[in-house]
Amino acid sequence: MTMSYPAIQVEGLGKHYRLGQTRTLRQRLAGMIGRSGAANNQQAGEQSFWALRDVSFSLEAGRVLGVIGHNGAGKSTLLKLLSRITDPTEGKASIRGRVASLLEVGTGFHPELTGRENIFLNGAILGLKQHEIKKHFDRIVDFAEVGRFLDTPVKRYSSGMYVRLAFAIAAHLEPEVLIVDEVLAVGDASFQRKCLGKMGDVAQSGRTVVFVSHNMAAVRNLCHEAVLLDGGRVAKRGDTSEVIDGYLNRLFADTSDDGIVAWDESDAPGGDDVRLMKVRVVDESGAHHGVFDVNDPVNIELTYHVTNPVEDMRWVIKVVCDDGSIAMATTDHNQRGPLTAPGVYQSICTIPAGLLNVGRYTLQINAGCPGVKVLVQPGSFLRFQTTRTHNLGSAYVEHWPGAVAPALNWDMRAIHHSDQPRAGVAA
Amino acid sequence: MTTTMPTDRPAGHAERVTVIKPHRGLASLDPVELWRRRDLAWVLALRDLRVRYKQTLLGVSWAVIQPLATMVVLHIFFGKVMGMAERVGDVPYPVFLYAGLLPWTLFANAVTSSSNSLVGNAHILSKVYFPRLLLPLSATIVPVIDYCIAFAVLAGLMLWFKVPMTLGLLWLAPLILSTVIAVLGVGILLASLTVSYRDFRYVVPFMLQLWFFMTPVIYSIGFVPERYQWLMNLNPMAGTIDAFRAAVLGQPVNIGAWLVSASVAVLTLLVGLMWFSKLERKFADVV
Repeated sequence: MTMSYPAIQVEGLGKHYRLGQTRTLRQRLAGMIGRSGAANNQQAGEQSFWALRDVSFSLEAGRVLGVIGHNGAGKSTLLKLLSRITDPTEGKASIRGRVASLLEVGTGFHPELTGRENIFLNGAILGLKQHEIKKHFDRIVDFAEVGRFLDTPVKRYSSGMYVRLAFAIAAHLEPEVLIVDEVLAVGDASFQRKCLGKMGDVAQSGRTVVFVSHNMAAVRNLCHEAVLLDGGRVAKRGDTSEVIDGYLNRLFADTSDDGIVAWDESDAPGGDDVRLMKVRVVDESGAHHGVFDVNDPVNIELTYHVTNPVEDMRWVIKVVCDDGSIAMATTDHNQRGPLTAPGVYQSICTIPAGLLNVGRYTLQINAGCPGVKVLVQPGSFLRFQTTRTHNLGSAYVEHWPGAVAPALNWDMRAIHHSDQPRAGVAA
Repeated sequence: MTTTMPTDRPAGHAERVTVIKPHRGLASLDPVELWRRRDLAWVLALRDLRVRYKQTLLGVSWAVIQPLATMVVLHIFFGKVMGMAERVGDVPYPVFLYAGLLPWTLFANAVTSSSNSLVGNAHILSKVYFPRLLLPLSATIVPVIDYCIAFAVLAGLMLWFKVPMTLGLLWLAPLILSTVIAVLGVGILLASLTVSYRDFRYVVPFMLQLWFFMTPVIYSIGFVPERYQWLMNLNPMAGTIDAFRAAVLGQPVNIGAWLVSASVAVLTLLVGLMWFSKLERKFADVV
């Protein structure tokens, strides 16, 4: 692209909400009759807040911008303002070119109507003219793979067919600026790939896209640049991976589980022989935090004070899932000597990269001499979260079942090729 | 950047700039935008029509059955039992009734459907932008189609009861227009009120029931003592229906009474539009 111009220019955009805005007629009338009504409103706890404030940024034409942030950071509000569903309280945004916004697929689908009728209905709702829908009609039907069921009411469609049809219509909008929510994460894997291909075309075609998501892998895949919202304000703006890192850092800062717990000598867990002074979960650089990428190792660091010589002691760490099931248990028993002399020690247990699943884990830690005595009573001392910012190969981050989701080694060889006789099992 | 237009802009498209900023006053009722999205009003009306066709056995014939059945029942109870048929003079009471019921049915049906149009389409309203006014407008399309069908029945009744067709029928054009204005005014006003106060979902049917008796459908305005007639005409449908029936029956049209009602209708439409535009941008937050 030789020259560029801002397709989207946002200046000081803000949206103010009043909670408890929907009062009934009775309340409103009561408010009108007596001055006491005003007092009632106060009592009803009429609160107000800025869902979005002072948001400014611009986006060059042909670029794909990811909008990320926690729940409640203002992502959906920004989306609603840019798609004109609701009016800003202050500020201004200008969008150059034909705009389309997709907050969901299949908006306005009526279950009683046929696939064909819903294509025209949904297309019109999305802003297509009837002749434009006619022009794209065959391609929409092909893309959705619903040909045979075109004249069946969509209430009889399987959910997969429904979503495919809905997406197919949306995919054939030809806006210059597309404002899109996480609607792409629909359908089965092969359809997702198809949609992503379509999204890729959109990015290639020089269309400007604003993509709102809390799916980091999708943002990393699709977006040229990103903006991080926090508390309704722009916290970071720039290159996608830079902003995602900023988001993760913020996640660390915000979580109450900050990856460290430490005690004074007097209240440290343990007894006369051993006291656990500190537990940390640290990354490779030795910094502790509460959130780890599953693709990075997690080091559990125990600092403990041995006051009397102890024979045959061991530490046990159980990694417990949020539902209470134990993902795994580990001990240092065979890796430490038979006698531990008095002193302050640090033991580090490494959970290798690519083992944990995405989720929240609690560390249950205890120490003892098996069969003899308990040194440190088991306690759930620390929690940490894991997230995934790179995907496992599919276009979208899938929620993977299981307490762990290890990246195991897979080996593939050809046993025989079809043009050769069966070679048997190789040595 | 210089003032020359960049050349890398997607080709074949006139520059369109969408400006998003707080709206005040009537600014949000953008007639250009409304016209550009007129397709949607038709498509939504078509949806309503198709759904009704698919869900009901009788489909479009409801358009005829509703006013016709109402006419028969009212004729039996008010016309015969209570003797109204004799009080309306030398016109056949069934035609008298039907000529009043025809605009009233349009009014009642259209007001009901447009007052529910925003709440009923909340799922669309909160996901996609389009001029919100399209919803109450679109909701009046099906009742208008019904009205046209029911009109044919009126012609049949006039032939059956040998009511002569006079030049007075020319009055129907402005009268239909003022009916539509009253329908839109009340419908748009109630649509926005229904979003803010859900009470109106229950208020509207009840209100229409009372309104029916305060409108000269089963009687004519002449039955009301003269010094209260001006009060009746403040009802935007009163003077209109009375004039409508007079035009059908070839009687003199009370132009003064009609003008009062029509003015109230225009006023209601203006107030309705103001209310609507004031609340329009909040609909998605409230529905």
